[in-house]
Amino acid sequence: MSKQVPMSKLEIGPILSSLGRNKFGSMLIAAQIAITVGFLANALSIVEFRLSWSSRPTGIDEANIFSIRSDSVDHHTDTAARVSADLALLRGLPGVIDAFADYSYPMAGGGWGSSVHLQPDQATQTTTTAIYFADEHGLRTLGTRLIAGRNFTADEIRDRAESDSPITSVLIVTKALGLKLFPAGDALGKDIYVDSDEHPERIVGIVERLQAFDTRSSGPWSTIAEHSVLLPYRPVAERSDYLVRVQPGRLDSVMPAAQQALFALDSNRILRTRSMAQVRESAYRGDHGLVVLLLCVSVALLLVTGFGIVGLTSHWVAQRRRQIGIRRALGATRGDIMRYFQTENLLIAAVGALIGIGFAVALNLWVVREFEMPRMEIDRAVAGGILMLILGQLAVLWPALRAASIPPALATR
Amino acid sequence: MRYYLELALRSLRRNAVLTTLMVSAIGVGVGAAMTTLTVFRAMSGDPIPEKSTQLFAPQIRSRGPNNPDRESEDGLPTTVNYVDAMAWMQSPSAKRKTVTYATWLSVRPADPKQQPFKKIVRVAYKDFFAMFDVPFQYGGAWTQADDENRAAVVVLTRAINDVLFGGSNSVGKTARLDNETYTVVGVIDNWLPIPRFYDLQTTPFGESDQLLIPFTRAIDRQMTVSGSTSCTGETGATFADLLKSNCIWLQFWVELPTPQDFEKYRLYLSNYAAEQQHNGRYPWPPRTELRNVREWLAYRHVVPNEVNVLILLSFGFLVVCLLNAAGLLLAKLMSRAGEIGVRRALGASRAAVFCQCLIETGVVGLSGGLLGLLLTILGLAAARALVGADFVALMHLDVADLGIAIGLSVTATLIAGLYPTWRAAQVQPAWQLKSP
Repeated sequence: MSKQVPMSKLEIGPILSSLGRNKFGSMLIAAQIAITVGFLANALSIVEFRLSWSSRPTGIDEANIFSIRSDSVDHHTDTAARVSADLALLRGLPGVIDAFADYSYPMAGGGWGSSVHLQPDQATQTTTTAIYFADEHGLRTLGTRLIAGRNFTADEIRDRAESDSPITSVLIVTKALGLKLFPAGDALGKDIYVDSDEHPERIVGIVERLQAFDTRSSGPWSTIAEHSVLLPYRPVAERSDYLVRVQPGRLDSVMPAAQQALFALDSNRILRTRSMAQVRESAYRGDHGLVVLLLCVSVALLLVTGFGIVGLTSHWVAQRRRQIGIRRALGATRGDIMRYFQTENLLIAAVGALIGIGFAVALNLWVVREFEMPRMEIDRAVAGGILMLILGQLAVLWPALRAASIPPALATR
Repeated sequence: MRYYLELALRSLRRNAVLTTLMVSAIGVGVGAAMTTLTVFRAMSGDPIPEKSTQLFAPQIRSRGPNNPDRESEDGLPTTVNYVDAMAWMQSPSAKRKTVTYATWLSVRPADPKQQPFKKIVRVAYKDFFAMFDVPFQYGGAWTQADDENRAAVVVLTRAINDVLFGGSNSVGKTARLDNETYTVVGVIDNWLPIPRFYDLQTTPFGESDQLLIPFTRAIDRQMTVSGSTSCTGETGATFADLLKSNCIWLQFWVELPTPQDFEKYRLYLSNYAAEQQHNGRYPWPPRTELRNVREWLAYRHVVPNEVNVLILLSFGFLVVCLLNAAGLLLAKLMSRAGEIGVRRALGASRAAVFCQCLIETGVVGLSGGLLGLLLTILGLAAARALVGADFVALMHLDVADLGIAIGLSVTATLIAGLYPTWRAAQVQPAWQLKSP
């Protein structure tokens, strides 16, 4: 042990002078490592963000909910009666816990967004919220937890048609929206203006969490992703959407049964069912596609850089066969030779990694500004740098072993 | 030349591992860059190249400074309300003009065995077809009289004509839409502008509109828009209220073939806006914009940021691959210093050595390009599987892409190989011969 310490200290000098001779090659490796660190750190930070973004809880019992859309083919004369009949049928199906007629739901993609005012004649809006409709069965169907106040009562529910919008005086908000509007946390019982500019609605209930319908990770909705209100309406139109919650494990059997039963009740329509799992899949397809692509390119980057190091180092080993033989003949051990190439690679990789960390930060600043990507934590860049040091050591292992196996006798030839 | 080529191939075969590494590095880099580039080109392509500088989307500040349109960067509404759209339709200032939106209608096939289905229906004026150079397989656009009479006429696309009429000439036949009878006046031949610039509200990269009916008919039958309707303040709930309101939900396009037409229309538009301010309809300072198709697509950020990030990443990746190839090339050429020394000593000029090495580099680049092309095809298939059916139509390789891939690969490899080649040509004959 005592012998090795001064040896490795001594080696830096010869390594530097030999690197001086292989300037171009060492620069190439360092540059590759720097660029790889820069892109890797950014790619992985985007991956991390998108994965956490797409796995946010919606606040509803996703595993046991599905949606049915019913589109009339011919015009219907009494849509309200049909919605009532449909709902009675759905709620009576075996395995169904509850159902209601919805107007959009979390992850649906589109819906009604509205400004929220605290005063009737406010010039600029306080904030924006997603608007959902629900009757007294809504909360039970969604499985969202009421943390304060109460649910809607049956006599508060109004039918809402496209040509007729009755006024309501009560609503339920999410905790996030409540806190935004009333930071003191006393939103319950307060009046706000959502649907109408003239008639206030009173907050009668607060739910723990109910995600808005928009799932994009950038843009105006991304900052208010849990601003939602429930208005006590039952939408009646040619097109009806129902959410149905089933007992755990019965989704696969109830979904087709519900569709058949609705069609048997009224065949003048086109029906489409989607489980919340399918809704989630299609809502985040873009995010997941991006994650897979970024991971593929990252792995490819690592492979290419790694093999590049293997190739160049092998070349250097081949070039220095004679010198290595001489060193071996002069008493250097196999370990010394291995260590030489490992230290050499560590020096090059360290320079590359340091530049790379700087490059990663600069690249991130630019990407954040130009393309609305998330800001990267600096430790991600450092982790990328360390990863490249390890990769460098792994890549250099094989050429270094080959160098160490060069016999001392080579020097005498 | 042929001799050099043979030499190059022989030398590449001799160093098979290094050659494989180089070719795959270049291939993978070119493959990644080409894949993203193809996606980007398809998404940012000019959907109507012959006319993209003659078609304009007028915009007007139809809502006050306190209620900007959150979808646009300058807060100017990207859609228009019915009142403005109707006023502009009356104006004689443009050669052609149309207001348009999309709606859903149920289609009931004549064959009772076929199930009825819902389709997106495009609603427009007759100028739509001439403005956007829509090609017809059978028949043609409806007439101005049809527009005025709110006629029950429909133009089908080839795809829906295949479904409803087995692809036969259906002009004059009837189709049931929302339980009303429409007469077919034309069948559109293959037509798929990508992105669908004239209405970016519904999947701009998705399938094309399959049925088209007159705007006046749609308004008469109170067909609601499939897309966003953005309102401020108190508005009634009926369709008639919507038409009177300042809710924005319509797309408006004009065709202005010459700069004079453009100037004339710009003047008309700003006069219109000033008039609205004057009569108190829009009391705030007036503002209008007139953007052509290209400007419109850039303004609406039709290419998602994700695609830009991927482009950036793949080109960074290509750079790494090329640095890599340059290092390997250097290693390869320098390991042959002895051989080059012999050639130099035997009278080969520096230029000859340089040329020989360059050809060797070129062969590597060419092989890398071919591999890259193969990987691009695989990459596009993967991207298609990942991002889904919305993009199916848009990603394809054409002959130009072959050229781009090979050209990119060879040029990039030659640039990467420039320094190693130059170094090889600098080999001193005497020095190399001395060394064992």
